[in-house]
Amino acid sequence: MALTRNLRKYGMFYLMLLPGFLILLVNNYIPMLGVVIAFKNMTYPHANIFMNFIDSEWVGFENFKYLFKTSDAWIITRNTLLYNSLFIVLNLVIPVAFAIMLNELRSKFLARFHQSIIFLPYILSWVVVSYLVYGLLHDKNGFVNTTLLPFFGVDPVQWYFKIEAWPYILPIVNTIKNVGYYMVLYMAAIIGIDDEYYEAATIDGAGKWQQILKITLPLLMPVMIIMTLLQVGRIFYADFGLFYQVPKESGVLFPVTNVIDTYVYRTFLAMGDSGLSSAAGLYQSTVGFVLVFLANWFVRRIDKDSALF
Amino acid sequence: MEASMTTPTEKAPSRPVNSVSPVGDWSIKIIFALYSLMCLFPLALLVMVSISNEQDVIRYGYKFFPMHFDLSAYKFVFEDWHNVLKSYGVSIFVTVVGTILSLVIMALYAYPISRPDFPQRKFFTFFVFFTMLFNGGLVPWYLVYVKLLHLKDNIWALILPLLVSAFFVLIIRTFFATTIPGAVIESAKIDGAGEMRIFFKIVLPLSLPVLASTALFSTLNYWNDWFLSLVFIQKSDGYISVQYLMYKTLTNIQFLMTHTEAMNVIGGATKFPNETVRMAMAVIGIGPIIFAYPFFQKYFVKGLTVGAVKG
Repeated sequence: MALTRNLRKYGMFYLMLLPGFLILLVNNYIPMLGVVIAFKNMTYPHANIFMNFIDSEWVGFENFKYLFKTSDAWIITRNTLLYNSLFIVLNLVIPVAFAIMLNELRSKFLARFHQSIIFLPYILSWVVVSYLVYGLLHDKNGFVNTTLLPFFGVDPVQWYFKIEAWPYILPIVNTIKNVGYYMVLYMAAIIGIDDEYYEAATIDGAGKWQQILKITLPLLMPVMIIMTLLQVGRIFYADFGLFYQVPKESGVLFPVTNVIDTYVYRTFLAMGDSGLSSAAGLYQSTVGFVLVFLANWFVRRIDKDSALF
Repeated sequence: MEASMTTPTEKAPSRPVNSVSPVGDWSIKIIFALYSLMCLFPLALLVMVSISNEQDVIRYGYKFFPMHFDLSAYKFVFEDWHNVLKSYGVSIFVTVVGTILSLVIMALYAYPISRPDFPQRKFFTFFVFFTMLFNGGLVPWYLVYVKLLHLKDNIWALILPLLVSAFFVLIIRTFFATTIPGAVIESAKIDGAGEMRIFFKIVLPLSLPVLASTALFSTLNYWNDWFLSLVFIQKSDGYISVQYLMYKTLTNIQFLMTHTEAMNVIGGATKFPNETVRMAMAVIGIGPIIFAYPFFQKYFVKGLTVGAVKG
């Protein structure tokens, strides 16, 4: 039989695949089936989760109706999309500029030194970053309020209550944390550019600006497009750590810091509402799924080899 | 603009061909000096506050230069040393076990799907790839771990969820498929080597670069993780990792602050150097990664570029 022949020949392969397969099954695929919870009113009378699942009342789109009736649905969607859009722009412009500048630095020692420091925030956890921000912004003791603002003669600001400030603070923090990662990627691409282009340009009398505009940027374009589209595909997923840890759960700030991911977490684990949060979760997964396909479709059109699938 | 004025004929003889003008070079130097300072300043501030006197901090706030050098915050933290030590134990265990398991499992999964002669290659590639496109969300995922596997407050809840990353499986697969010559595998097979043997004796040794960078990122992910603790660790005497301990310290001292009046009645609040202790805790948590950073940094950078090259 074909099946036994296949098993005899590739049995070892199946054995090798087994551990990973089981983990994916438990960690990813069973939860995927679990999205049905969003259409149910989950109750937990039994000890067994399957029994609870079967016994729970089917409520159709009730959870979704409830979710979209609240102003939260609009706020978290808006915040997630606006912040991520801004992050995508910042993660493109600043790292590319930094990579070009660092590459032009004549002292290679300095270039390496700065690269190390700029990359450092990328490896720090969001808990650590929240400490660093806290040290600067704490109402009473923070460096900004005790030293920086008095120096300019400005009154202290209660940062963790000041809604207007966070649409600036969050992008700044996010950029400082991630700029190193993207910069290193772009630098690798710049180093990969053939020196002959620049030599020819120099002979033709092109200055640095000309070379950057006419050689470096066009040749970086494929990498720039791919990195950007990868982020566009994930525009519906916020960085939980940034939005949960850095504003330190200050409720006053929720209108500008609550994103889909933090909303799902809070409604489920803090408030225990599994219907509402699983509805929000499925909303995120579904729209996210569509966006990945759209982003990939664009990548395919530009550069087939760089497409995810 | 300075740079655009440079033409090859204007070059100073000491300057290498086609490098930026001195003015341009200095502007870049200054920009990066300021930016690097901005990156390092908050870290340095934390250290400075942790070695400050608590009374100074209460009176004047977080100052960059401590008025009185004072290690009482560290003394306070180390009075509770077994907690700190235990957290380090948890973090190290999770990181080491997690990274090794994750590397082995991902490489084992990546190998068959890298082999063009394996007929089910497409299905298993899609099986791992699809997890990048769609997920069930937090609620069903949480229920699987807590109600199905009963892993609440279990150390494996901190390890299992991060074991298989589709992204890295695909990178390892691509590396196997493009770097290891099919002829080598063929000849090993002719010599009678089994698939396991080929995998461990030929494929893995040839794949050290991609395995090293995967291991490094895995290490970083496990060490920096606090989300799994936030979700799965409830018992305050349970498996508290270093990151989670830092997070708890930040919120718990706040909790103490909101009960200051009660604390005053007890007479304990004034004794407790909470501002400096918090920063000392952060320094103890960040310290190792900063010390390890210079040794790992270049591998991180290499690893990133290995990942960026898609085959």
